[in-house]
Amino acid sequence: MTTQRFTISVNGKSHTVNADPDMPLLYALRDDLGLNNPHFGCGLAQCGACTVHLDGQPTRSCITAISTVGDAKITTLAALGTPEKPHPLQTAYIEEQVPQCGYCINGWLMTAAAFLRDKKKPTEAEIKDALSGLKCRCGTHISIVKAVKRAAEMMG
Amino acid sequence: MTKFEQTSAFTRRSVLLGGGALVVSVGSAVSLDTLLSIQAAFAQGAKPALTPDQLSSYIAVNADGTVSAFFGKMDMGHGLHVAIGQIVAEELDVPFKSVKVYMGDTANSVNQGGASGSTGIQMGGKQMRMAAAEARRVLIEMAASQLSAPPDKLVVTDGVVSASDDKSKRISYAQMIGGKYFNVQLDWNKQYGNTLYAPGKAQPKKPSEHKIVGQPIKREDVAPKVFAQENFVTDIKVPGMVHGRMIRPSVAGTVPVKVDESSIKDIPGAKVVWDKGFLGVVADKEWGAIQAAQKLKVDWSSAEAPFPEQAALYDHIRKADVRKRNVEKENGNVDDAFKTAAKVIEAEYEWPFQSHASMGPACALVEIKDGQLTCWSGTQKSHFVQEGLALTLDLPLNKVHVIHVTSPGSYGRNDADDCAMDAAVLAKAVGKPVRLQYMREQGTGWDPKGPASIHKARAAIDAQGKVVGYEFTSKGFSRVDVNTNGGKPHDTLAGQTLGVALKSGDGFGVPAESYAFDNKRLAWETIPPLLDRSSPLRSAHLRDPVGPQIHFASESFIDEVAAAVNADPIEFRLRHIREPRDVAVIKAAADAAKWETRTSPRRDQSGNKVSGRGIAYSQRNGTRVAIVAEVDIDRSTGKIFARKFTVAHDCGQIINPDGLVKCIEGNIVQGVSRTLWEEVTFDRKTVTSVDWLTYPILDITETPAEVNVVLINHPELPPTGAGEPSIRPVAAAIANAIFDATGVRIRRVPFSPDRVKSALS
Repeated sequence: MTTQRFTISVNGKSHTVNADPDMPLLYALRDDLGLNNPHFGCGLAQCGACTVHLDGQPTRSCITAISTVGDAKITTLAALGTPEKPHPLQTAYIEEQVPQCGYCINGWLMTAAAFLRDKKKPTEAEIKDALSGLKCRCGTHISIVKAVKRAAEMMG
Repeated sequence: MTKFEQTSAFTRRSVLLGGGALVVSVGSAVSLDTLLSIQAAFAQGAKPALTPDQLSSYIAVNADGTVSAFFGKMDMGHGLHVAIGQIVAEELDVPFKSVKVYMGDTANSVNQGGASGSTGIQMGGKQMRMAAAEARRVLIEMAASQLSAPPDKLVVTDGVVSASDDKSKRISYAQMIGGKYFNVQLDWNKQYGNTLYAPGKAQPKKPSEHKIVGQPIKREDVAPKVFAQENFVTDIKVPGMVHGRMIRPSVAGTVPVKVDESSIKDIPGAKVVWDKGFLGVVADKEWGAIQAAQKLKVDWSSAEAPFPEQAALYDHIRKADVRKRNVEKENGNVDDAFKTAAKVIEAEYEWPFQSHASMGPACALVEIKDGQLTCWSGTQKSHFVQEGLALTLDLPLNKVHVIHVTSPGSYGRNDADDCAMDAAVLAKAVGKPVRLQYMREQGTGWDPKGPASIHKARAAIDAQGKVVGYEFTSKGFSRVDVNTNGGKPHDTLAGQTLGVALKSGDGFGVPAESYAFDNKRLAWETIPPLLDRSSPLRSAHLRDPVGPQIHFASESFIDEVAAAVNADPIEFRLRHIREPRDVAVIKAAADAAKWETRTSPRRDQSGNKVSGRGIAYSQRNGTRVAIVAEVDIDRSTGKIFARKFTVAHDCGQIINPDGLVKCIEGNIVQGVSRTLWEEVTFDRKTVTSVDWLTYPILDITETPAEVNVVLINHPELPPTGAGEPSIRPVAAAIANAIFDATGVRIRRVPFSPDRVKSALS
């Protein structure tokens, strides 16, 4: 296996990783950089548990080869907000007590964050369409919709 | 010097002598015997043995006055720890926030059965309530001695005991025992697991005294999850750790006969672990292990493809030899009732294999160091995994430590226990800590499956339309082909692939309802597994084990009988149900849903878009649930939208109403998913539903628009379970609503659009 050197920007910091060019970004984030988010769910871009933002766009890091990341700024859930300065979605998630096991959370929050940034005052149907395809096995969908609506209201 | 101060003197001495923690013994009074026992305990210089008959195995008061509760069960996503914390805080009279609940760690908790059968509060909480009550009782007695006041004149506020007639007389729990251990014997019933019960002498509080129990306290673990600060089992790392991956055969039941390790030699740290049917790889990096598992050249034994064609599954079940038949309930003379009936109604229902399909494939980390094995696992049952690891690796039990870590939701016996065993075998073989995570196709393809089954029901009706005979028989694969935990090597893939002889158990179930028919028989029959070793279709517990399938059939059939005798489905049920709490949930659901009394099906609709309503009800270990489903059906596509659910739920005393509502919502959504979409597919060789495309679950665009939960609280009754009961009637409620809308009865799950469309055409 031949490796190459890649420099990636994650949550505002630059990191260098030696990796197989075909290695998905997910493993650079988790294994090389030791970040505990995103999660491995399927490795097939079918569930969303691995979602990060690449230049603000929700991206499934489990199928994104590290060689294709280039200069894109990577943002993970850990940098979406902090307890001191939470993203409205994080506030809403806590208020609505959304997660059960919480393993799927990266997909919903990172996808919804990009959606609410680009779409003000969405309808419930628009929210559901935007989040379609993401998986939650615990069945917290009802609370997810409530929380995204609440965050949308907070964001005006 | 008071007696209490003497115990403190021992504490200081123990510290001076380096003896570690002191054990504080408290009996009916702080007597000479107590002091002697303190000395004896002091001589031990340590915590009492971690046994179920010791109060210290459940409760400790820390030096800062906070309370640790050690719980031999664990939360799998419903916030169980909040409810347990409420119960402990309530009985101890300490603030809720001062209680921390430690779950599923074999080093500090006893085997209370793990997450199992919705018993977290029902059984586990019962024990924690008794332990906390006993802790309060002995603390009061200690305070009585210290404050020279009779125990019945003492009150406790936020962990501080004071005399009710002289508030200057006060002493805190922390001052009395903080940082030391209780050494109080409990009256243990000598059972482990869910039924473990070890009360002390104390009586718990009366429900009317409860201030914390019953409150809608929020989960403190939501924030760490949304800020990505919480470690899941997948995030645990130890120095020197390598990554593992398992390799499963493409034809179930075959074993490797030739493995070419040179095929992965260019992957750093890549190594093969091969023993009989067990085949895995490790590598330095996770991506390396994945690559190694994909690239490894393996020749497999040839074997006849073990499975029937999927289309023949239900015929297979019908024709299969019955391995065990069990009549669980029988009254009257059923056979005679059918002989003399004016009319007999019969129907048969079918339910497929279903997968746990957890959000993350199972992960475990195993480190073996100086003969001591530590396993971080997402298991539901740490103490059983401890036993399984000890047996699989031939280690003494006390050399195995299992730590439950927050994990992808399991919903029963998913792939977590298999993963822990596989990781341990890898770790032992390579002499390094191994973190193993399965791949998606293994998580969905190779988890133990909820069993497929058929259900035959028949009812004898007399000339007046009365049900005079009723018989319900389920026939299917066992719910315990592999057991509900990984405690024995024959129940895990590691054990099975390493050649341990199998012991497939027999278990199914019967409808849990209270229909009072004069002649009634409820029975089940199990059939042998399709493959007698390491099968991707081995069956085990999946959320509410066999409950959804049995009650899909039984509650659909009750509806069929109601329709046959021209009765409203609720009115018909209430004719036959005497049990007051069952009647109450059904009426509560009907009232909240504004149920209109009439027969099904509706006859006032035309066109492709039709709607209907359906009721189903069931019990589960003391809990009762009634559900009214309102569904929309597009006849042209067969697509069903399960639009609204009204759920009446009675689980006795409610500990935390908000947590309970969330728990019920999740049950309903997962129940809709299993009813409309979920079916394990397979060909003659193996399981072919291996990801989210081939094993689809409910999408958010299909999620019910409304789940209206009506909680019926019975503070005077012991709490029963809520983790599973409300998934039980979901399928039947939907099926009955489809019948109401269309007049068509669908008797096979899932109700996928193509199946519904063909049924309607």
